[in-house]
Amino acid sequence: MALSRVVITGVGLTSPNGNTLEEFRRSLLKGKGGISRIDMRYMGQVLAGVCDFEATKYQKRKELRVGTRAGSISIYCAREALADAGLAVDQLDSKRTGIYVGTTEHGNVETENEVYNISQFDYDTKFWSHHHNPRTVSNNPAGEVSLNLKVHGPAYTIGAACAAGNLGLIQGMQMLQLGEVDFAIAGGVSESIRSFGIFAGFKSQGALAEHEDPNKASRPFDVDRNGIVVSEGGALYTLERLEDAQARGAKIYGEIVGYKINSDATDYVLPNPERQAECMRGALEKAGIQPSDIHIVSTHATATPLGDIQECEAVREVFANCPDTHINNTKGYIGHAMGAAGSLELAGNLPSFEDGLVHPTINVDNLDPKCDLPGLVINEPKQAKRVDAILNNSFGMLGINSALIIKRFSN
Amino acid sequence: MTKDECKQVVLDIIAEIAPDEDLSDVKGEVALREQLDLDSMDFLDIVMELRKQHSIEVPEADYVQLASLDSCAEYLTPKFNALV
Repeated sequence: MALSRVVITGVGLTSPNGNTLEEFRRSLLKGKGGISRIDMRYMGQVLAGVCDFEATKYQKRKELRVGTRAGSISIYCAREALADAGLAVDQLDSKRTGIYVGTTEHGNVETENEVYNISQFDYDTKFWSHHHNPRTVSNNPAGEVSLNLKVHGPAYTIGAACAAGNLGLIQGMQMLQLGEVDFAIAGGVSESIRSFGIFAGFKSQGALAEHEDPNKASRPFDVDRNGIVVSEGGALYTLERLEDAQARGAKIYGEIVGYKINSDATDYVLPNPERQAECMRGALEKAGIQPSDIHIVSTHATATPLGDIQECEAVREVFANCPDTHINNTKGYIGHAMGAAGSLELAGNLPSFEDGLVHPTINVDNLDPKCDLPGLVINEPKQAKRVDAILNNSFGMLGINSALIIKRFSN
Repeated sequence: MTKDECKQVVLDIIAEIAPDEDLSDVKGEVALREQLDLDSMDFLDIVMELRKQHSIEVPEADYVQLASLDSCAEYLTPKFNALV
């Protein structure tokens, strides 16, 4: 059975260094980061990527009080994506619109807040909020979008650790191909900077970055990297079947041509380069293209000492002898946006189809020899001969791997 | 506490839980839900804030007493005065 081709027709995002694709891209090409110090309950100051989008642009203040940050990020990104796609909400076929939001986790922030709240009342649970359950159900971020847009199709989250941004897109694509929906809003979001537990967990694991200059803290591939900077953010896309997009004359950013999801089944946190390579090869096979056809590999590397080396091993193996393949990373600018990482990092690379520029991995003062990949773009943007295909890696805890391939659209 | 002061306490809570609402002309005798965009969860918020901020308990059977500002004042003022 020939499956419909699925294309990206709109992008809505918020990142620590930009609240539109244009602003985000400009920051990436200028080397502008977005990391700052914030006060974290019980921990003091920590480094984090904080977004400053205008939440009241699409939500009432009461909705912001009742809902969650992940919901608010999702609503902002969904509305911005629709606007970018040139669509008003009332133009959507409400029952045929699906919302697929990838999340690393959900509910930590809200639960921690309530535990803190009742701690102010001697842990008397009669002070526990009645908003707790609707805030913490796993589908909350997607459900808040459906409430805000008043759309009635399927709206749910895809829990996939830090691979979730890619998985949201893959889910949206699959539902379009299955004919379950005619229009998808898909990608990933994260509110994780509001959970002390996320930071404390990484710190206990020895994986939380620290640097006197916040914007030098996240430094994938640098020999002095010392861990993750946790960030919030989101990137949601409007996805349509090609024939539908063309029928309405939509702008087409690119076509999703391949993907693969697999599992390491080896460790709770440590990655497995063999399975990562297998994942990339699976995506290439599904796309029906060769490694040398990929012009940008957007790596997942989070700046942990071991994780970066292992992904580099996998990339080195798959993309050996690919002189036109450029390799970059986006976490040096924005930190690790967790459930949003895959979709945000893809968004940062999409404009390369237009301008041929590859944004660099920044903060590489001393490249780790074990991360010295052919084609690695560091510290300065590089003009590629051409950019026709991007492979976007996104991996997560419990050994979930994902690779997504987007091609320049061509009839 | 007078009934007018009690009404102001309730209005201050509503201002927190429904910050988009214009509370400059809330009529005492008219049901709050007929004048303001308040749902059942918002009324639970009012109950919670009375508990948190003022140590006032409103049993579920008495929620109906919070229907209007006047009924709130009638029901809550004695509770406030009993606290003193």
